[in-house]
Formats: sequence, C-alpha cells, structure tokens
Amino acid sequence: MAPLNIKKGSSSHSAYDLRDPNAEVIEQHTLAVIVDNESGVLARVIGLFSGRGYNIDSLTVAEVDHEGHKSRITIVTRGTPQVIDQIEAQLRRMVPVHDVHDLTAEGPSVQRELALFKVAGKGAARVEALQLAEIFRANVVDSTLESFVFEMTGTPEKIDAFADLMRPLGLLEIARTGVAALARGV
Amino acid sequence: MTKSMSGARMVVQALKDQGVEVVFGYPGGAVLPIYDEIFQQNDIRHILVRHEQGAVHMAEGYARSTGKPGVVLVTSGPGATNAVTGLTDALMDSIPLVVLTGQVPTFMIGTDGFQEADTVGITRPCTKMNWLVKDTAKLSETIHQAFHVAMKGRPGPVLVDIPKDVQFATADYVPMDKVKIPHYQPKTVGDPDQIARLVELMESAERPVLYTGGGVINSGPKASQLLRELTAATDFPITSTLMGLGSYPASGKNWLGMLGMHGLYEANLAMHGCDLMINIGARFDDRITGRIKDFSPRSKKAHIDIDPSSINKVVRVDVGIVGDVGEVLAEVLRQWKARGSRTNKDGLAKWWRQINDWRAVKCLTYKNSTTTIKPQYALERLEALTKGRDRYITTEVGQHQMWAAQFLGFEDPNRWMTSGGLGTMGYGLPASIGVQIAHPDALVINVAGEASWLMNMQEMGTAMQFRAPVKQFILNNERLGMVRQWQELLHGERYSSSWSESLPDFVKLAEAFGCKGIKCSDPKDLDDAIMQMLDYDGPVIFDCLVEKHENCFPMIPSGKPHNEMLLGDADTQGVIGSKGAVLV
Ligand SMILES: Cc1ncc(C[n+]2csc(CCOP(=O)(O)OP(=O)(O)O)c2C)c(N)n1
Ligand SMILES: [Mg+2]
Repeated sequence: MAPLNIKKGSSSHSAYDLRDPNAEVIEQHTLAVIVDNESGVLARVIGLFSGRGYNIDSLTVAEVDHEGHKSRITIVTRGTPQVIDQIEAQLRRMVPVHDVHDLTAEGPSVQRELALFKVAGKGAARVEALQLAEIFRANVVDSTLESFVFEMTGTPEKIDAFADLMRPLGLLEIARTGVAALARGV
Repeated sequence: MTKSMSGARMVVQALKDQGVEVVFGYPGGAVLPIYDEIFQQNDIRHILVRHEQGAVHMAEGYARSTGKPGVVLVTSGPGATNAVTGLTDALMDSIPLVVLTGQVPTFMIGTDGFQEADTVGITRPCTKMNWLVKDTAKLSETIHQAFHVAMKGRPGPVLVDIPKDVQFATADYVPMDKVKIPHYQPKTVGDPDQIARLVELMESAERPVLYTGGGVINSGPKASQLLRELTAATDFPITSTLMGLGSYPASGKNWLGMLGMHGLYEANLAMHGCDLMINIGARFDDRITGRIKDFSPRSKKAHIDIDPSSINKVVRVDVGIVGDVGEVLAEVLRQWKARGSRTNKDGLAKWWRQINDWRAVKCLTYKNSTTTIKPQYALERLEALTKGRDRYITTEVGQHQMWAAQFLGFEDPNRWMTSGGLGTMGYGLPASIGVQIAHPDALVINVAGEASWLMNMQEMGTAMQFRAPVKQFILNNERLGMVRQWQELLHGERYSSSWSESLPDFVKLAEAFGCKGIKCSDPKDLDDAIMQMLDYDGPVIFDCLVEKHENCFPMIPSGKPHNEMLLGDADTQGVIGSKGAVLV
C-alpha cells in the first residue's frame, strides 16, 4: 500500500507530459470528414486543429453532395496514435460533422493531388523541362515563348519529386490543391 | 398548423414552446424587437441583469440547480462580447445554455457597423455550436435545434445570432414537432460487452474506488440514485471531483470526500493505491491526476463518459464505455446482479481498513483560534447552522472555494454550483441569483472571497430588483488568497499584487444597495451573525473577516503525484521544483 511519501523537491516531471515524443512514433494519417456544407464549418474544423495544437499537412474541401448539402474535408495530419485517435474523436463530436474516416487506418486508399507549375526558361533548359514533364505525364496547359504551365495529378510525393526537378530548370511558382483521397475497393 | 409571424415573435414563441420560464438578459439596439415581444406577454419572465457576464452566470446557476437549460438574451457587439467568459465557463463545465444575441442587420454585416462584432466567429471556440440566422424562415427551426444541441449528449452552451432585420421580417413559424430530426444524436446506451468487462473487474477487485464527476449530475437525478444504489450494493469507496459533489451524499458511509489538488488525503491515496478505478462522468482533469506518469500506477481503469473524446484523452483506460451515466449504471447494476452480486469481500475488508487508517490522519485538521475567525471554522459553523435545510451553495474562485468544497457537505445533486473548469472569479454572485430565481423559497448562499466578489458585485442590484434573497458569505482575508498561497510556496514569498487594497466597507455597500450588511471578526460572535444572515428576509452581504494568511491544505502541488501531498505548513518548504512552478 502506498505510504505517505513526501519526497521534497524531487519532481522533474510535468503534469503535462502527456505526449512523450520519444515513447511513440509520429504517424501521418489522412482523414476524410463529411460535414454539413454550411457557413463557418471549415472555420470550426480548422479552429479545432489550431485550438488543440494539432497539425495540418494538407487540407481540401468541396461540396460533394449538392442535394444533401454535404462537403468532404480531406485532412492530412500528423501525431502519435493517441493524438490521431483524439483528433478523430474531437471531430466526431462536432455538431455539423456527419462522419469521419481515418483512411490510413481503415485500409489501402488512393491519394491524389493536382498541381500547377510555372517554369520559365529558354534553350536547353526549356527542352529538358518539357521532356521531364512528358516522363511525369504532366500536361502543358499554357505556353509562351519563355514559359510553360504544367498540370500534374499524382501523389504528393510525385508532385514533390517533379518540383525538385523543375527547380533548377526555372520553376517560378507552384499551386497545389492539397490531397483528395478515397478508400480502395467497396 | 403553421402561423406567419415576425422573427422577434418567433423567438418568444419558440422559447415558450421549449418550456422556458425565465430569460436572463440585457437590452440594446439590436434586440429591441425581441424585447418588444417580451413586453407584450407574461409567460416568460425577464431578469434584467447589470452586466451580460452576470446574465450568463445566472443562467448557469439556473441550469445547474434545475437540470434545465439556462436562457440568455443580449444585444450585439459589446453585449455579445461581455457574454464570452460565461460561455467559456459553461463549455468547460458542460452546462446547457441557449444564448441569443442580436446582430446588425444582414445588409450591414461586414461593414464594421455600429455595435457589430463577429459574434459567431468570436464564440465558435467557446460554444458547443453556434448559428448566424440570416433568414427568418429558418429562425424558429434553428432555435429548436439549439435547445436540442445544448441538452443532448454532453451538454454545453450554444448561441444563436439574430440580425435585426431577421427579427422584423415575417415567415412561417415551424413548431417543435415539425422540426426535422437533427442528425446530432449522441449515443447514450453503453456497449454491453464493455459493461460486462467492467462487471468482471468489479467482482474481483481488491481495492476498488469509484471516482465520480459532473457527468453524474448532468445525467440527472436518476443517475445519482443509481450511483447510491451501486455504492451501497458493492460497498465500494467513493470519491468525487469538485464538479460531482452531491451525487453521493456526504453523510454516506462510503464517502471519502473530494479528491484532487485540494482533495482529501484518504480520497487521493485511495486513487493512488487502488487496483480498480471506475471513473463515472469525470474527465481526468489535471487538478485530479497530478503528474500523469505516476497517476494511480497499479490500477485497471474504466471510464464511463457520454463524450467519446474524453476517453483516452489524458489517461489511457482499460475499459471505455461511451454512454449516459444513468443508462450505463442501470446496465452495470443489472449485469452485476444477474451474475450473482459478487465482490471480493476479503480484499474489500482489508481495503477499508487501510482507508480508515488514512481517514484517521484527519487531513482537514486546522489550528483554530479564539481571537481570529479561521475560514475553515466559519464554514464549519455555516455547515452546522444550515444543516437539514434545503440549501444551495455557489462559490467564487480561490481558497474559499476549496474550503467550501472540503467543509460543507452535500447530500443531493444540483445543490453545489461552482466554476470548476474555467475557475472564473465573479461566477458565484450571479450564479446564486440564478439559483434563487429557480428556487425562490430555498436558502441560497454564495461562499465568496472578497476579491472575486467584487468582480460582479453590480449584480446585487439585480438581486434587489427581483427580490432574490441571496446570502453573500464573504470570507474576507483581504488577499487574493489563492494567489498569495502560490506566491508563498512557489515564488519566495514575494507577494506581487496579491493584496486586496482599498476594499469597500461591505456593510455600507449593502446599505447602498438597500440590503442588509453584517460584519463579523470575532469567533465568539460568528454564530449569532450567521443566524442573523439566515433569518433576514432579503439579500445579505456578510463581511466575515478571517485569518489573512491561512493556507489551504491538503495540497498536491502542480506536477506531483497523489502520494506527495502536503498536509500542512510544515510540509511546504522547498517542495515545489522549478518544473512544477511552470504549471498552473
Ligand atoms: C477572472 C479571474 N481572474 C484571475 C483569476 C486567478 N485567481 C485565482 S484565485 C484568485 C484570488 C481570489 O481571491 P479571493 O476571491 O479573495 O479568494 P481567496 O483565495 O482569498 O479565498 C485569483 C486572482 C481567476 N481565477 N479568475
Ligand atoms: Mg480573499
């Protein structure tokens, strides 16, 4: 039985040591959140993340059911398994949230992101950019004598890789949509 | 049959249909149409407060003492922003409120109009849900939904922001039974398999403890009844958080007293040493757990909570049961009885012997004085002199609040209203008025600290106007006592701004408000003075001058585990390390 044990000045721990970063690995998870498409709902979801100190790596939102006024928010987030569970539980209890899917936990999923790249260049660099774009199956959606805009759809990793290649070839700007994701199969 | 009416009338109609009897509020330009409707009817009583924060705390007191939602009506801009502290308070303590705010007309929103504030933006993080209604046709439905959301699942404050043009325009009123069923339907029935796992643990536990919280109170009187039944049938020891006091009677034989930072020795050591912890409607708040790493290290833990996000948030549990406390307890009892009502009798007998040893420490012992009123003594006398009366207690925040929790006994739920989660100084006086409005004949006492009490003292005007005979029992130590205690223990006795300077003469203040003032500084006069307060038919401000430098014990310093509790001044030297000082 625990005796009365007052160890004076012995504490070196904090009561807030809840998320020991060494004890558990940080995982990246993709969450699909089905919400009522009403004003303020995105602010509500984002406010949850900022208010409770959760990470957002990527976020997309659009109405997916016009008649039912439902939007799908896809959030890529990071945290320990306990934090990921908390995020899901916190999302679930929000009044305008209908459903939450942890696509990473629920099984294989497909993840796609669309990106636009503006690359300026002349001569050899321009030719090389075009060749690489073909290899990556990026489309040319705008061209001038000094520039291209490429459009590419793929995983975030593929988009990162293409951006790395374009950088020395005159990459000026990137626009990315963030990840859209669906579970595989039915 | 649907009826066409103005938005303002709809508001009043919807409140009536929801059974609302009282609204706490304050008028202004953006809610004048609603006030006009209130003027023209007699079913709903309007309590005119003196500050919107007061309105929200009154509504909280009303809600907590009745189990019904509290309703608030305030104007746009400053009216709404003044309500923010109360909303946050209600969110932290899971108190159902419906707050209606006026807003500038829809065509002016976004123009920085006079008394415009982004009310739904400001209050989004401090409400369970809020709505800006831009169309009168949606107004009555939104208000009905608001009541549903405030009450269902884990209760909380909701807010409906109503632009002035929406109040003037007319549309069809949607009655309650025509409102489309909201998808928000939290689960209330616990998973029977999880409950079976808990029952198995209960049968074999040698050192069980019931750790109850505000969820038992929020679940309703039946939950408290079932909790008493369960405790009596199993003979398990029971403790409670600050929020749950009264769900099990303080006179009950299994009662260990409150747990937590200023909880009782026996309660905290039972939590630390148990082998089965059954959390019923509490949330492992940091005031309860102390250092998480050393929190009840040898126990299996079960957690019953209506909010799934509470389970495994702070402390990982072995059995998580999502559901309403009342419904889950009924099923626990049913299953446990069906399996033969077994407990580990030998283990329990040993456990009780251990607990009784802890009880024998008498951790609330204090050094009394014949010349100075000790705050603990004042509360002991208040307890003795109000025993057996249907008594409602509210508090402010500070040492007096903790002493009240330690020294007053609560026999029934809904009799104890205190700001637990947010710790809002200025809560108690308006809350006491809200309680008194709900229970006009009851004895309602606000146990206050002089500093907290000054924060919303303007509400004495409300008490006078609406004949709420609330008793303001101020334990006046002329200090921000709790701050002073922390400075003594943590900051080298450097008492930075923790003096209550230039205090008013509370007796004269009472006279200025038109109520009764009593001052008492001698322990010998205390009983008579308290009796005078109790006998007076009207509000009383009782200035009880107490020991200025009393510390509140037991105390588990921030960042310490339960078994490193301080029992008295002798224990305090250098005990809080620099890491602990970082914590609040
Ligand atoms: C609105 C608000 N401001 C500040 C605090 C921090 N605080 C906690 S207790 C306390 C002192 C309260 O003094 P008093 O009301 O006289 O109570 P005592 O501790 O002396 O009994 C303060 C300043 C708070 N809880 N709430
Ligand atoms: Mg004080």
